[in-house]
Amino acid sequence: MSELLFIEGGRVIDPSGGVDGLRTVVVRDGRIAEVAERVERPREARVIDARGRWVTPGFVDLHVHLREPGQEYKETVATGARAAVAGGFTTVAAMANTSPVNDNASVTELVLARAAAAGLARVRPVGCVSRGQKGEELAEYGELKAAGCVALSDDGRPVASPALMRRALEYARAFDLPVAVHEEDPSLAGKWAMHEGAAATRMGLKGMPAQAESAMVWRDVELAELTGGRLHLQHLSTAGSVRALREAKRRGLRVTGEAAPHHLALTDEDLARAGYDTSWKMNPPLRSAEDRRAVQEALADGTIDCVATDHAPHSAVEKDLEFDAAANGIVGLETAFAVCLGLVRQGLLSERRLVEALTAAPARAFGLAAGTLAPGAPADVAVLDPAAEWRVEPERFHSKGRHSPWKGAALTGRCTHTLVDGRLVHGS
Amino acid sequence: MIGRHRHLIGLEELDRGEILQVLQLAASMKEVLRRPLKKVPTLRGKAVVNLFFEASTRTRSSFETAAKILSADALNWTAAGSSVSKGETLVDTARNLEAMRPDVLVIRHAASGAPRLVAERVGCAVVNAGDGAHEHPSQGLLDAFTLAEHFTRAAGGGPEAAPDFGLLAGKTVAIVGDVSHSRVARSGLHCLPKLGAKVRVCGPPTMIPAGIERMGAEVHHALPDAVKGADAVMMLRIQHERIGDPLIPGTREYSKFWGLNARKAEEWLSPGACILHPGPINRGVELAPEVADGPRSVILDQVQNGVAVRMAVLYLLAGGGEAHV
Ligand SMILES: [Zn+2]
Repeated sequence: MSELLFIEGGRVIDPSGGVDGLRTVVVRDGRIAEVAERVERPREARVIDARGRWVTPGFVDLHVHLREPGQEYKETVATGARAAVAGGFTTVAAMANTSPVNDNASVTELVLARAAAAGLARVRPVGCVSRGQKGEELAEYGELKAAGCVALSDDGRPVASPALMRRALEYARAFDLPVAVHEEDPSLAGKWAMHEGAAATRMGLKGMPAQAESAMVWRDVELAELTGGRLHLQHLSTAGSVRALREAKRRGLRVTGEAAPHHLALTDEDLARAGYDTSWKMNPPLRSAEDRRAVQEALADGTIDCVATDHAPHSAVEKDLEFDAAANGIVGLETAFAVCLGLVRQGLLSERRLVEALTAAPARAFGLAAGTLAPGAPADVAVLDPAAEWRVEPERFHSKGRHSPWKGAALTGRCTHTLVDGRLVHGS
Repeated sequence: MIGRHRHLIGLEELDRGEILQVLQLAASMKEVLRRPLKKVPTLRGKAVVNLFFEASTRTRSSFETAAKILSADALNWTAAGSSVSKGETLVDTARNLEAMRPDVLVIRHAASGAPRLVAERVGCAVVNAGDGAHEHPSQGLLDAFTLAEHFTRAAGGGPEAAPDFGLLAGKTVAIVGDVSHSRVARSGLHCLPKLGAKVRVCGPPTMIPAGIERMGAEVHHALPDAVKGADAVMMLRIQHERIGDPLIPGTREYSKFWGLNARKAEEWLSPGACILHPGPINRGVELAPEVADGPRSVILDQVQNGVAVRMAVLYLLAGGGEAHV
């Protein structure tokens, strides 16, 4: 006897199939059976009433830090996956800068085992670019891919050596893995606490120039051309980076990019208004209004492919400090949808493009079978209330991380139900 | 309270009226300093803790002197050899000190924003005695006081005439040196324009931080242009660790292009222009000894006015009882 679930009355937005309208989503035995305007509902089917809601593919986040193994006091795979589904994310790519780092199959397998035990979001491990993330030798990409890694990244630190970056892009081609990079020239960036500009000058904090990011993006665009490798640019935050990505796409290179909700919504002047609140400290830092505008436009026109949260939980030990001394990183999984919906309300982004940037586009960038409501696909679904008003109370996050620049803010838009393989993992 | 403020974190937050409140009270405090018996009972029973995470004998002893003249108990707590080196956080340290029930906590810290973090966590008043490259509000106030005093004397007031702060209106002050690392420059930029003065900043481009013009500064790189027609010139200290940072190639070249000696001062400065320096001076680098000790120098006035301004700040924030000073 098969199990049937009807999600009825909602506005289904599935850019992967060009769907946008009132539809019923039928889930049978954990897979999408059909998405149609009129479907006869058998008595035995369970129902989710989605009237007034959006029904979309479960969101895909190419950039989260789940901290396990090694820093379970900040987050675990289970708490991170719980936060993910609460935010509508059904697939998350877990960065490799754990302790030990994910540069071998045993770490990859541990992360996958923890994710399976949690049974919440799908966790897709990302392996290291370099052994030990030391930036010296290549990690074993073949072993990592066989164990389940979907991409390579030394995120947390840049790949400083152009020679290593070249070989990484080249060697990764053997396994068709994208190399995802945190772009920051360490020498040009120096010791910094925020974006270099008038706000940093007023606050007396050391600034990192926008060019510390864009110079590295230009370098890697050239290397993508040299090698034919798949390059994914993480958390782009500057106008210069956007120009370089646009040029890469014009040249037809295999380059994709992501932007984080905080870079899309906030600026260095917002940080200044918040004082020296370390819930506003992350890497890359919040940039100028001109940079933000460029990143918003690039997301809207598809130059930047997708939204990724860079969910990076820390504890009070790393954060309850002087701004200079505090760790970089904020949580993002549970606020991302509402923050990005704010861009839609400001007229900066279409609803369809927003959903695409959270679903089909990131899935495509990493080659994941996700982000779609196509018949036969696993029933990973988000039901969202675009009108729900709520106040951000970090102590109520499912994540262990409490540091969010939206703490106390009133946001609109919230995930009410999340399905993974047709199972309700969030909402009731 | 200084106007609406329980703490003195920066001059950015203070409006013109609040700045004048401190300066005018400092003028009365300066009278006390001229008395043969330099002690008043105003803050008897109040406790001031000086919490210095960066060595600074000058600022610390200025606050200490100010507290003692007002009869407050002053306790000095320096970070060296303390629990800080054993890994205690700033928040822990501040809370532990608060258990001693001070009325005012005076903080000097290398990290911008540190006094604000402490102010959010403790119940007593907090005075920023310099945080990173952010602000040094009592210095900004004493500089304004010293300038007003100088302009009052220049306008014919006697040596003990009360400073007329209205005389700052329309004046031009040039701040010269490593503006990028200077909290003194930032506090000056937040204070002087509110009193009607114009501020120019000058230094090698590597020492002028991004967007400083958005703080109202007129930016110069050539010293003769910066000081031309200025009513006062404030020379900032060049810290030796900046050499090879690399912001400048060395002190010899710096001194040649951005230092002041007697010849340059006579050639380029207006006849009545005075020279300030927050101290301690690198003699022969930013300022030649004959200028530091010369007739234009008001550097020693700055030191004395520093005590008067800090007395006013402590008085206002410790909630001193009867205002008989
Ligand atoms: Zn990163």
